[in-house]
This record gives sequence, C-alpha cells and structure tokens, in this order.
Amino acid sequence: MNHGTALLWKRRALSSLSATRRGLPKEKMSENGVSPRAKVLTIDNMNPTVKKVEYAVRGPIVQRALELERELSEGMKKPFVEVIKANIGDAHAMGQQPITFFRQVLALCSYPELLNDSSFPEDAKSRARRILQSCGGNSMGSYSASQGIESVRQDVARYIERRDGGVPCDPDNIFLTTGASDGIVTMLKLLVCGEGETRTGVMISIPQYPLYSAALAELAAVQVNYYLNEEKCWSMDLSELQRSLDEARRHCNPRALCVINPGNPTGQVQSRQCIEDVIRFAAKERLFLMADEVYQDNVYAEGCQFHSFKKVLFDMGPEYSDIVELVSFHSTSKCYMGECGFRGGYMEIINLDEEVRAQLTKLVSVRLCPPVPGQALMDLVVNPPQIGEPSYDKFIKERTATLSVLAEKAKLTEQVLNTVNGISCNPVQGAMYSFPRISIPEKAIKEATDKGQQADMFYCMKLLEETGICLVPGSGFGQRDGTYHFRMTILPSTDKLKILLNKVKEFHQKFTEQYS
Amino acid sequence: MTSLQHVNPTVKGIRESAHSGLQSLAAHVTQEIAQGVQKPFKEVIDISSGDPHKAGMKPISFVRQVLAVCLHPELLGNTTLPWDVRLRAQRLLEVCDGGSVGSYTDSSGIPHVRQSIAEFIMRRDVGVHSHAKDVFISAGSQRGLLVILKLLASGEGDTQTGVLTPRPCPHTLPTLLDDAGVALVPYQLMEDRGWAVDLSELHRALKCDRGGCNPRAIYISNPGTPTGHVQDWKSIEEVIRFAAAERLLLLVDEVYQDSVYGQGKEFISFKRVLFEMGKEYSGTVQMVSLHSLSSACMGECGLRAGYMELVNMDPEVTHFVDTMLCTDISSPVTGQLALDLMVNPPRPGDPSYDTYTQEILLIQATLSQNAQRAHEFLNDLPGMSSQPAKGGIYLYPRLHLPSEIIEKAKKLEVEAGVLYCQMLLKEEGVFLGAGCQNGETTGNHYLRLCILVPAETLEEVLARLASFHLRLMDTCPYPDRGVKGRDIRDTL
Repeated sequence: MNHGTALLWKRRALSSLSATRRGLPKEKMSENGVSPRAKVLTIDNMNPTVKKVEYAVRGPIVQRALELERELSEGMKKPFVEVIKANIGDAHAMGQQPITFFRQVLALCSYPELLNDSSFPEDAKSRARRILQSCGGNSMGSYSASQGIESVRQDVARYIERRDGGVPCDPDNIFLTTGASDGIVTMLKLLVCGEGETRTGVMISIPQYPLYSAALAELAAVQVNYYLNEEKCWSMDLSELQRSLDEARRHCNPRALCVINPGNPTGQVQSRQCIEDVIRFAAKERLFLMADEVYQDNVYAEGCQFHSFKKVLFDMGPEYSDIVELVSFHSTSKCYMGECGFRGGYMEIINLDEEVRAQLTKLVSVRLCPPVPGQALMDLVVNPPQIGEPSYDKFIKERTATLSVLAEKAKLTEQVLNTVNGISCNPVQGAMYSFPRISIPEKAIKEATDKGQQADMFYCMKLLEETGICLVPGSGFGQRDGTYHFRMTILPSTDKLKILLNKVKEFHQKFTEQYS
Repeated sequence: MTSLQHVNPTVKGIRESAHSGLQSLAAHVTQEIAQGVQKPFKEVIDISSGDPHKAGMKPISFVRQVLAVCLHPELLGNTTLPWDVRLRAQRLLEVCDGGSVGSYTDSSGIPHVRQSIAEFIMRRDVGVHSHAKDVFISAGSQRGLLVILKLLASGEGDTQTGVLTPRPCPHTLPTLLDDAGVALVPYQLMEDRGWAVDLSELHRALKCDRGGCNPRAIYISNPGTPTGHVQDWKSIEEVIRFAAAERLLLLVDEVYQDSVYGQGKEFISFKRVLFEMGKEYSGTVQMVSLHSLSSACMGECGLRAGYMELVNMDPEVTHFVDTMLCTDISSPVTGQLALDLMVNPPRPGDPSYDTYTQEILLIQATLSQNAQRAHEFLNDLPGMSSQPAKGGIYLYPRLHLPSEIIEKAKKLEVEAGVLYCQMLLKEEGVFLGAGCQNGETTGNHYLRLCILVPAETLEEVLARLASFHLRLMDTCPYPDRGVKGRDIRDTL
C-alpha cells in the first residue's frame, strides 16, 4: 500500500484507542472547569425568546395531514380517499396555473440560449434581454444591490404611480424584499426598542396572520391586539383602535399600527372611508402605519374596491401626507400570480427620517440581496404585457380567468357555509380565505379542555381525521374569547372546493349532534 | 416621527461596512461614465466580492437548462434540450407542490433535496452517516447561520454570547454577528504560515476574552475565506479537540469545498475528521457545517440557497430551527432545485456529462491558474506581498503602504486600505475589497480580490492595479520599498 493509505490506517487505529490507553494524560478540564462532554446548545440553554415563537399555519394539524397522506398512499383505509389541504395560501399547490408570459421570460433569463428558440414570443425575449442587462454579468446568478436591482425599483415606482392615479413615487423609496414577510420582519426589527414600560408595542388586528405574532415574539416586542368587528364584516373599528391603544399605553410604548388589506384571514376589503379614518388616527396618535397589501388584486365582492393606503394618504393633503409614516408591502405570492416559491416582494417607505432610513439600508445589506429570480418576476408583475404586444391577449385571458374563478369560489364558500346551522360566514370580499364562526357545544369544549386542546383545534383535528380536510383553527389567528372559528382557503379547484364545503357541512351537523 | 433614538439598538449596533461606501462610489463612477464623463477606463471592474458571474464566469449549462424547464414546463417537450435535462426537470417538478416552482415548500427545504444533500455528504465523507432531517435549507447559508446564532444568543455585557472569529474572516460575517446580537472574539490566523490556524492563539483569544463576554461558539472557514488556506487533517482535529474541551459550538463554513487547487492539498470535511475521532467526540461534539450555491463551481449567488448540516443537535433544538425558518416561510424554490443539481450532477453516460465535466474543469483550471498568476504578479510589485492561496476564490495580498498614504488617510478619517481602494476605483476603475472589512485591525493593510474571474479580466485588473500602485509608490518621496515581510507587530 502507499504511504498515504498506511498513514490513514494508522490514524484510524490510534483514534479508536482511548486517551488513557494510548498513554496520554487524561483530558484536562477546560478553562471554565466544565466537563468537556456536555453539549453547548440544548433546549435548556437555548435563547428563551425563541421558545415563544410559534407559527400556527404550519403547526400540528399540518403535520398530521401529511402523515395521513402518507398513510393513504401506503394503502391504509380511511373514511376519505384524499386529504384536501385548505390550510395555506398557496395557489399553485392547489392547481392554479402560472401566467405563461412570466414563466417564458424567466426561462429565457435562466438559459439565454433559448433566445434563439422560435417557440418564444418576441415580447418575452425583449423582456428577458432587458432583465439580463440589469444583472451583473448578464446572469441571474450574480448578487444584486442590497436594495434590489435599480431598473426593477424604477419599474415598481412607475407601477405604483399608475395604480395610484399619478401620485408620485420615488424609486429610492422602494426596497425589493424576499417576499413581503422579509420586508415586514425587517421593518419590525428596525422599530423595536426600549425596555419595560417603554418597550415598543405594535398594534395588530385580531384575527391576524401569524407571521406578525411570531416576529413580535422573536423580537420580544409587545403585541397589542385590536379586534376587527365580526358583526360589521370584519371592518376596523375606530373606538376599538382607541381602546386598544389607550390600554396598551399603560404598559408599553405603542408605536406602530399594522393593517392587512385585503385581510388575512378575514377577507374583508376596507372601505375608503375606513382607511381615511385609520390614517387620521395614526396621524393623531403618531403611529407608524404598516400596510400589508399583498392581496391588492384579490377583490371580488360587488361594491368593494382596493384603495391603497398611499393614495388615500396623499388625497388627504399635505397636512397628512407630509407627516404620516407609512410603509406598504406587496409580493409575487398572491393576486393572480400565486408565485409563492419565488420569494419576490417590495416595500415602499413614505416619510421615513433620513437617519432612520440609513439604518434600514444598513440592515438590509446584511442579507446581501433578495433572490434575483424573484426580483425579475416582480419586474414582470409591475410591467405586464401591453395592448398590441404579442403576449397581451393570452396574458389578459389567463389573469381574468384566475381572478374570476377565485371570485366564484369566494361566493360559493360564503353561500354554502351560511346554509349550515351553527356556522356563520362573513362575505369573502377579497384575499383568499374564509374565516367562518363555528358554534361548538359545551360537551365538546369540555372534552377538548380535558385533552389540553383549544376547542377549535379539537374540532379541526376531528374534521381532519374523519374527512381528510385540513383547515387551521381560529385560535392560531386569534379571536374574541368564547368564540371559535376556522380559516380555510378558497384555493382548491372548484370541484374539490364543493366536496370540501359539503363535507364540512356534514361534519358540523354530525359533530353538533354527537356533542349535544 | 420616528427618529434615530427609536431605532432598535441591535440595528444601530451593526457596524458600518466600508464595503457599502465603496459600492456607492463604484456605482457613482459607473454613472459618470454613462453620462459621458471622460475616464481613462471604459468600465468599472468589480472583483471585490465572491461573485464569479458578475465578473463574467458562465453558469453551468446543465443547471440553467434544468431550471429553465422547471420554470416553463412546456420545455419538457423541447427536443433541442438533452433528455437528461428534461428527465431531471420532470423529477424535480414532481417534488414541488402542484408540480410548480411557484409553490411554497417545507420551511426547512424540499424533503427530496434534503435527502439528496444527505446522500452527497455521505458519498463525500466515505461512509459517515448523514440524515435528511439534520439538513436545513435556507435562503443563502448565512440565513441558516443567523438562525443558529439566534438560538445561541443570550445575555448582555460580559454575559453576552461570543463567537470566536478568525481574523481575517469573510467580510460579510462581522455585520451578521452584530445583527444576531453576539460578540465577535477575534483569533489571529498566522500570515507567515499561509494563514494557518494556531492552537495557542485560539487559547489566548479565549482566555483574553472570557472576562469580556461568554464565548459559546467558534467559527472557522475551510478553505479559508478570504485567505485561501486549506486545513490538513491534523489542524482540523486540533480545532475539534479545542472546541470540545472548551465547550464551543463549531460553526464550519465549507462553501468553497469544491475549489481546492493547491499542490498536495485536498478538502477534508470537519465531519469526516470528527467521526474518525471515536465515539466520545463523534457522539457529542456539536457542529454546524455550511455550504451554498455561492460555491466556486456554481457561482449562483443570486439564486439565494444554501444549507447547513447539524451534527449532534437534540431534536428539541432542531424543532426550533425549523420554527425560526418558518418566518421566512420557505427558501426560493429555484435555489433549492439548484442545490439538488449541485449535489447530484450528471453522471458518466448521461448526455450532459461531457459538457458538464468540461465546464467544471474550465472553472477549476481558471481558478488555479489565476491564483498562481495573481500571486506571482502581486508579489513582484514593490510594497505588496501575497501568501499563496491553496483553495477558495480569493487572494488576500498585503499592502505595505507608504507613510504619506497612511497620514493622508488619517487626515481624511478613513482607513488607509479603504483610501487605497477609493483611489484605485477613481483612477483605474477597479473595485477591490479592503482588508479592514475582513476584520483586519492590527494596523496592517490588505486587499481582497476574487480570482474566479475570466483570465482576460484578471489580466486587465492586474495591469490597472499595477499601473495605479506603481504610480502611488512613485509619488511618495521616500517610499517604503523593500520592507516586505516586516510585520508591524514586530515593532511593538
């Protein structure tokens, strides 16, 4: 054998002998006198703040749903033939098709040799060339500037101007992000400070999207809940905002107000008047407005319209538009694109102090840059095919079809659920979810409590085991004490959705009888 | 209105990086050129960071072809693309929810990809077991590292968690540690030994700082970034023993494992060494090893995907790793699929194998030739010395700056190496990194350049750099020529 192999054998032979047997002195205690074999990172010495972070949307129900899917595929007999997942706002996972034009451009960007392929339309090719030119070395594999590719930010700014009827948008106020979540967490991180009574409080709507509560827990910020008004179709209630703020001021320093419009999980589309009232409130109470507007194209109900916080703010004149601090978030994950997997997003910052802005710029540079395919996709979203371009007709057709199917499913969901005794469902005005209220009999509540479970978790688990339908209990999103809800998405295909709704109806009736 | 006093102290505490300043300057110079301002150069060449594509290196065809098909599945029927490309794309689409790269994935990564990575690690480490459940995918390896740091972080002041960090270290690391709220405890690498790790220096660093904070981890990169040092078995074993004895979590950055070119050198993974050290070590020493798409052969930095393998971490802890990754929801899918392609490239007999192999060989040849060329060239310049790099994608030459420059820098309140880089950028349109970004604070000055660039680009950079450097040395009346090798520390 050669020298190297011999050496390797010898090394292996030696290492299998214990230190004492090799005649070496016993391992001495380390500098701090601790036994050297104890683990460094354990559940006991882990950062305690982290233990408080939970994320409802992906909790135990989803784990069980996956197990059931596995069991089904292994041939186990169940009272259902398939698991229908209506727990996460992932359109493609439920069969929604991507926009052809977007995927063509991205494929061309990935492998530019395809620019010679005649099966791609000319407008897709010229878009791809333009995007590649804005990437270092003409490759999506280069890092971009931390704030995002400049030409994409410019395109985003123009989109916002068009959307808001000409209200000017400065591209320097645009930050591209890794999904909207990244932007939200970054802004929250930026703003949290103080201790004890001066600790930053952040107002979030209940029911809420669990990313907010998870981020606030991780930052050890104070979560300040304000309830949406279920009786008035989940609208924001000024008196409730005031109550929540006044109460919070007793034990923390509330500095930011988060609004999700259209709403998640509640699906409401706030009226223009409501948005104005909220802006006035934020101005008066000096609150930083955080407007999560990722569902801005998902508006279905008659008489409802998306009003961007920025447009309303600027319509209210300089008395407000000069001073109210606002950040609004958008992403590629929802609307008609449903491209969650790309992690594309942006935020627009209004009226941020220059020094604070410099800190924000520094913070985003630690992440290096957002994924370039996501940035490229965002560029296409804000710059879709125009009239006269080869891809225009197909694009409009696909977009319209996707949005109208969602609108139909929104209506269907509300209709069917409202026929069930003990389920009451507000109109799904927008977004992708329904958050109906369910009545749970006392006996069931008791059994749940005995099991150490929330009553709606108990309900949802049973629903899953008996029907294969995966929904998320309302307790994961927050709800008024003594009320129970679940969140379901309207994303399964229309056929599957009908099955789902009917099964829920049957289950609820059975469940109510069983526990009466 | 929110003002500076309302900003999170952790955020305010993130150090300013000279790199951002230089980036702005580079952007400014580029803009001037676009506006028609006359310059002695046509464009700015940026080789300050590990971004091979930006400098003109080409992506691996197989990777981009597969991704293109995954992005636009109509291409599954396109016969101009090799069948192994289309087959792989089909397989990968099957593991995406709804058959689309637009869906979310599990927060810790697509199970199929985690499994591919585990199998890759097992092949690489010749029989040491690896489990998919210990592999966590994130949007870039630093994102995963940040999660681990957050789990470790606690305390303030002298109970603040500290991380032993090499000097020099990757230039993006100090700000990451600041963001995580942990203290950086520097240990000096030995320049005269090719930037080797020195055990007595590790002990010294630890002892010195035990009063100042609570060190709980040691970070090390192999191949070293930006030093190009490649550790041998003995060195790795020493570090593992040290970490075990001192109860430090091992954070091992092995992103450039595919780029070892030095004669007689090979990449040896920390995990492999650990598992040869007997059960008392392999069963208890906790380690996190990092890899990513930003590796030499892939260079797919912009796709943002990396992974970490956790060794000897309790399931209760890994549960929280997954929970923390949930706030990112999931990593970019195209990045995750590219990871699969990275660890599972074409095999002999596959139609894409030859092209793939040629492209990899070209990258490796370019890298080793550039390393040699740049090292010799820079070493020949007066006032510059360079340790030969054996791996990685950087060169980290030392500047022996004339006192005039150092004085000028003091007056401008800028670090001398940064001033050098600013002047180089303005006069020659070359953007290099300054060593202070890599944590260099000993009073010596260094440059950082990425050498995984097309050979012609390197020649252009070397020519412009030499022109600038010689001019600079000439303008100083009493230049410190011939003082190479003298370490400022020798005069203390």
